[in-house]
Amino acid sequence: MSMWKRFSSNIGAMVGVLLLLTVIFIAIFAPLLFSHDPWQMVQRPFLAPFTMQALPLGTDTLGRDVAAQLAYGARVSLLVGLVSTLVALLIGVPLGALAGFYGGYVDEGAMRFTEFFQTIPNFALAIVLVAIFEPTLASITLAIAIVSWPPVARLVRAEVMSVRKREFVDAATLAGLSKPRILVRQVLPNTVSPIIVMASLMVATAILLESSLSFLGLGDPNAMSWGYMIGAARTVIRSSWWLSFFPGIAIVITVLALNLIGEGLNDALNPHLSRKGKA
Amino acid sequence: MKHLKATTFLIAAALAAPLAAQEAGGRLDIVVQPEPPGLMLGLVQNGPTQLVAGDIYEGLLIYNTDLEPQPGLAESWEISEDGLTYTFKLHEGVKWHDGEDFTADDVVFSADVFLRETHARLRASLAYVESVTALDPLTVEFKLKEPFGPFISVFEAATMPMIPKHIYEGTDFATNEMNATPIGTGPFKFDEWVKGSYIHLVKNEEYYIDGLPYLDEVYYRVIPDAASRAVAFETGEVDVLPGGSVENWDVPRLTEMEGVCSTGEGWEFFAPHAWMWLNNREGPTSNKLFRQAVMYAMNREFMKDVVWNGFGNVPTGPISSKTNFYSDDVTHYDYNPDKAKELLAEMGYDGEPVRILPLPYGETWQRWAEAVRQNLTEVGINVEIDSADVAGWNEKTSQWDYDMAFTYLYQYGDPALGVSRNYTADRIQKGSPWNNVEGYENPELDEKWFAAATMVSPEERQAAYEEIQKEIVDDVPVAWMLELEFPTIYRCNVKDLVTTGIGVNDGPRNAWIEK
Repeated sequence: MSMWKRFSSNIGAMVGVLLLLTVIFIAIFAPLLFSHDPWQMVQRPFLAPFTMQALPLGTDTLGRDVAAQLAYGARVSLLVGLVSTLVALLIGVPLGALAGFYGGYVDEGAMRFTEFFQTIPNFALAIVLVAIFEPTLASITLAIAIVSWPPVARLVRAEVMSVRKREFVDAATLAGLSKPRILVRQVLPNTVSPIIVMASLMVATAILLESSLSFLGLGDPNAMSWGYMIGAARTVIRSSWWLSFFPGIAIVITVLALNLIGEGLNDALNPHLSRKGKA
Repeated sequence: MKHLKATTFLIAAALAAPLAAQEAGGRLDIVVQPEPPGLMLGLVQNGPTQLVAGDIYEGLLIYNTDLEPQPGLAESWEISEDGLTYTFKLHEGVKWHDGEDFTADDVVFSADVFLRETHARLRASLAYVESVTALDPLTVEFKLKEPFGPFISVFEAATMPMIPKHIYEGTDFATNEMNATPIGTGPFKFDEWVKGSYIHLVKNEEYYIDGLPYLDEVYYRVIPDAASRAVAFETGEVDVLPGGSVENWDVPRLTEMEGVCSTGEGWEFFAPHAWMWLNNREGPTSNKLFRQAVMYAMNREFMKDVVWNGFGNVPTGPISSKTNFYSDDVTHYDYNPDKAKELLAEMGYDGEPVRILPLPYGETWQRWAEAVRQNLTEVGINVEIDSADVAGWNEKTSQWDYDMAFTYLYQYGDPALGVSRNYTADRIQKGSPWNNVEGYENPELDEKWFAAATMVSPEERQAAYEEIQKEIVDDVPVAWMLELEFPTIYRCNVKDLVTTGIGVNDGPRNAWIEK
């Protein structure tokens, strides 16, 4: 059975894809869906949801449209999630690959460096980095990437170590291919599936990290994000539940969708390990 | 105006006259936020210190909510015709909390020795003082070098607290071990301070006014989180929430509770005035037209209603309507986006971005900056919000690294004490966020500020300050945002809590609990 068939027969994964596509759609078409931008004060503050048709999710502390904020928040969350994951892969994959392929001192050095980062709690390090750089979308994305690459490096290293001992690698060596060429052309392509699975989960984690940072007031003050919405609504949670409820639901849905997709990919790409034994 | 205010006060005073006799006894629990760094009022001047130590230490005078001087430790006073000699007659039989007599020597020591060394704000006023002399044990004379109009306003408890000479003379003030157990003349004595939990004051049985204070004891409770403070009030654990101790949007919820009262009075002496520093040195904000456009672009009434829940007043200029010598005969910057666009077109604004630095004091200030950004964006100004923590805010404003930056400062009852410092060129000093940070230079107006400070007659001063306000408001050196109002929330059975211009700071002196 092909990978795509296995994936599409997984109901959970398909639900995840559907949810994620919806979020992506809303994010891309936010300016078309809403005529006003998310910072614009359009009605009286603290308008409860479902009371005005034009503002289905009500307004926030300054009278801004919560629905528009959610849509524009999706852009920030997805952007930060994707870009920071890409950057983390760009750091983690080469480092892990070199360590796993060459072994010896290279391995020792790379892994001690990785452990150095792993010993510091992720979130604490992210807070420190953002506080030093001053919060902007770029610095937040970079901070999240810097705290999330070590597991990638370790994963890639382990995969590369197991692949490089296979017979086709020996064959490539005998055929006279250079070592770097073997690494890039023969070994790495065979480690792609676990990386994809991990990356999909990393996007979810990155979204959560960005939300947590914004919640603490360390978000980009010029970018509307879900974490910012919850952070700003925290002080009025007893009188205006919807201000923290809707962005909270949005985060849950997006993260859940990414996790479902990740699991689906895992099952589809590693049929022998499938927990349900579906293959 | 002045006359009207005085009449209103008299009527209010008549109405407030108690029908039933005050009842003695009871305990008051007041929130203090954040925990004060110390209680020695001559050394530490933070808001929380003033709140607690205002019951322990006293000044020569007390100021009512119209900022008129009332007897404090001085039972009467005289000002000579030329405005150069101030003579105070002290109350008889006043004792320090350790039993020693309070005399004119203590006044001389406090004003001339202790506070000259430790109290930066008072030092500026003391520069006008030639000599302080004890004429007899109960009479003190201040002689000035030249007339200084606001001098009668510097005798408030935190501005010129009376310090015990017998404890501090000849010691190193900052390290004196008695700083931990403050000794004053006030209605309450220091008893115990459990760090992170509460400060306990007990009634001064020897207080020199018969019957005062009514309360047996006062607890100042330290509760670090705003939401927990609101809950503590709801559950009855505390009786008084001084201004600023809960978030604005919690105020309506709390005041709607049964048996809960609130008042915006008790801040007149401070008259906290909020504005945005506009960098007059560089960028678009250095252009007067741009600054005027900013004023017209902002819907300050809306911000007051939405961001501050309707608390406060939209100011007309640099002097708060609560401070002496206020005038509203100035250009009014009502919300007018079209006018703002015209001004921007006239100056040829090219879209150069400007940064707004909010005050890092919580959600309210962040929302405020967002509302300003929105208003400015709507007239075509390119705005970004900067972010900084308290240290970063201090650094950026004092190093002039900003375009627009929120702040608020106290006015201390007189323009010469708390207003002119932000607009005269001699107060342009890099490194401090409390002076002329915007870099406004107007030598002609400087002369007028200085002249107004040294005039003797209040009528002359009123005229001088009216002229200054008229001129400076057209220049918009800073963007005046709001006369802040911090409501004090308390249980209605607590009576006479806020009777002076410094409110709860010396409130427990007269307060009593109806049973």
